[in-house]
Amino acid sequence: MRLGGRVILDRVDLQVRPGEIVTLIGPNGAGKTTLVRAVLGLVRTASGTVGKRPGLRIGYMPQRLTVDATLPLTVRRFLALWRPVTADRVEAALAEAGVAHLAGSPVQNVSGGELQRVLLARALLGDPDLLVLDEPDQAVDVHGQAELFGRIETLRRTHGCGVLLVSHDLHTVMARTDRVLCLNRHVCCHGTPEDVRRHPEYRSLFGGHADDLAVYVHHHDHAHAANGTVVQGHDGDCCHG
Amino acid sequence: MDDFVLRALAAGCGIALMAGPLGSFVVWRRMAYFGDTLAHSALLGVALGFLLGVNPLVGVVGVCVALALALVGLQRHRALASDTVLGILSHSSLSLGLVAIAFLETLRVDLISYLFGDILSVTPADLAWIYGGGAVALGGLVLLWRRLLAVTVDEDLARVEGMPVEALRLAFMLLIALVIAAAMKIVGILLITSLLIIPAAAARRFSRTPEMMAGLASVFGMAAVLGGLYASLTWDLPGGPSVVVAAAALFLASAVVPVRS
Repeated sequence: MRLGGRVILDRVDLQVRPGEIVTLIGPNGAGKTTLVRAVLGLVRTASGTVGKRPGLRIGYMPQRLTVDATLPLTVRRFLALWRPVTADRVEAALAEAGVAHLAGSPVQNVSGGELQRVLLARALLGDPDLLVLDEPDQAVDVHGQAELFGRIETLRRTHGCGVLLVSHDLHTVMARTDRVLCLNRHVCCHGTPEDVRRHPEYRSLFGGHADDLAVYVHHHDHAHAANGTVVQGHDGDCCHG
Repeated sequence: MDDFVLRALAAGCGIALMAGPLGSFVVWRRMAYFGDTLAHSALLGVALGFLLGVNPLVGVVGVCVALALALVGLQRHRALASDTVLGILSHSSLSLGLVAIAFLETLRVDLISYLFGDILSVTPADLAWIYGGGAVALGGLVLLWRRLLAVTVDEDLARVEGMPVEALRLAFMLLIALVIAAAMKIVGILLITSLLIIPAAAARRFSRTPEMMAGLASVFGMAAVLGGLYASLTWDLPGGPSVVVAAAALFLASAVVPVRS
């Protein structure tokens, strides 16, 4: 995948199955957001494919949202903009995301953490098969993060949807995720949270944060040349939803 | 009341009616400068209309659409900031229009009336254009209302939900072009944008929903037309500028009126 002539992402293979939480981690500039935008169809891949089950509904929760102050828009009304929905469904989605009390507030007045949940409610209204959450932990404090991730975990059970999560902080996510994909322009390593935490490449990327010192060697799916580029790896760039 | 006064009132109120909702969108989408650019290009449309022997209003809509398409293309490159692109297009198209009219030797155009409007010389044919164009513009806006609001709030979200964002953006520009073509004769191309944005800005503080703001903007616009026309007839002032001054006075008044929150 190229952007402005630069290779942003190379040889990425990602699958999300129904009911599964997959987390993308990686340092800034690793291409996490680019990969998510490719899954959402917001950017085109230079090569490779994004395969989606026909009729797959994606619920997208962006990192942030700024609504111009001149637009008089309540939270309730904001949720109703994206598809024809009944007022009851809007209230139910707000309740499910835990922000029913905000329905009548101007959308510009809600706090960062509240906005995250309003955006989650918005994503739920589309009855998604796949929830895509871009750094949902960014605008929220530690307590709010735990609350939010607990909620997401509940949702994937009640709705049976797959979840693709982008995060830069593995600690809050680890316990809640089924698989982790560590990105740094290519897939550094992937597997269960435990596997990834022990992986040498993960440790070199997040050295200061890795709290487990036991070195564990697990199978490596690609080799690295001296300059760090992948010389042998997966045979296609594709994402499945 | 004389016929010409009635026609002026009807024309002004018709323009204000469609300028309210469209102007609200211009404010929400931060496109005031874009509206100005389109309006400035209208003079070129008038010249082309005469040159090709078609109704100048058709020329205006044609040039506005061409400019809107050029803008979408130029903004995609992002080599220049969009206000720079708008500034280039705005002033070069206005100058091109002035130059083109100077070349048309056979044509005797009252330039001042195109630049600043001549609301007291509205003909029945003009009225038909205003109400016909207004009906099309408002009908289109009602049809696209929810999706245009969604695109205004966040283009990425709208795109993920499967909305045709580019087509919606273009449709909105077309609606603006229609209003400009219809309003040109009333307030003039240099003052059209003010009729779009001043009533909408005045309506913001009193509105709780987008629809309320759009409706109030129409009402404020009509009040400005009434006030401006009255002043124009009473003190023999130029019509278009008087209407804009009345709108500005309304805006100032709206800013100091207390609102319960």
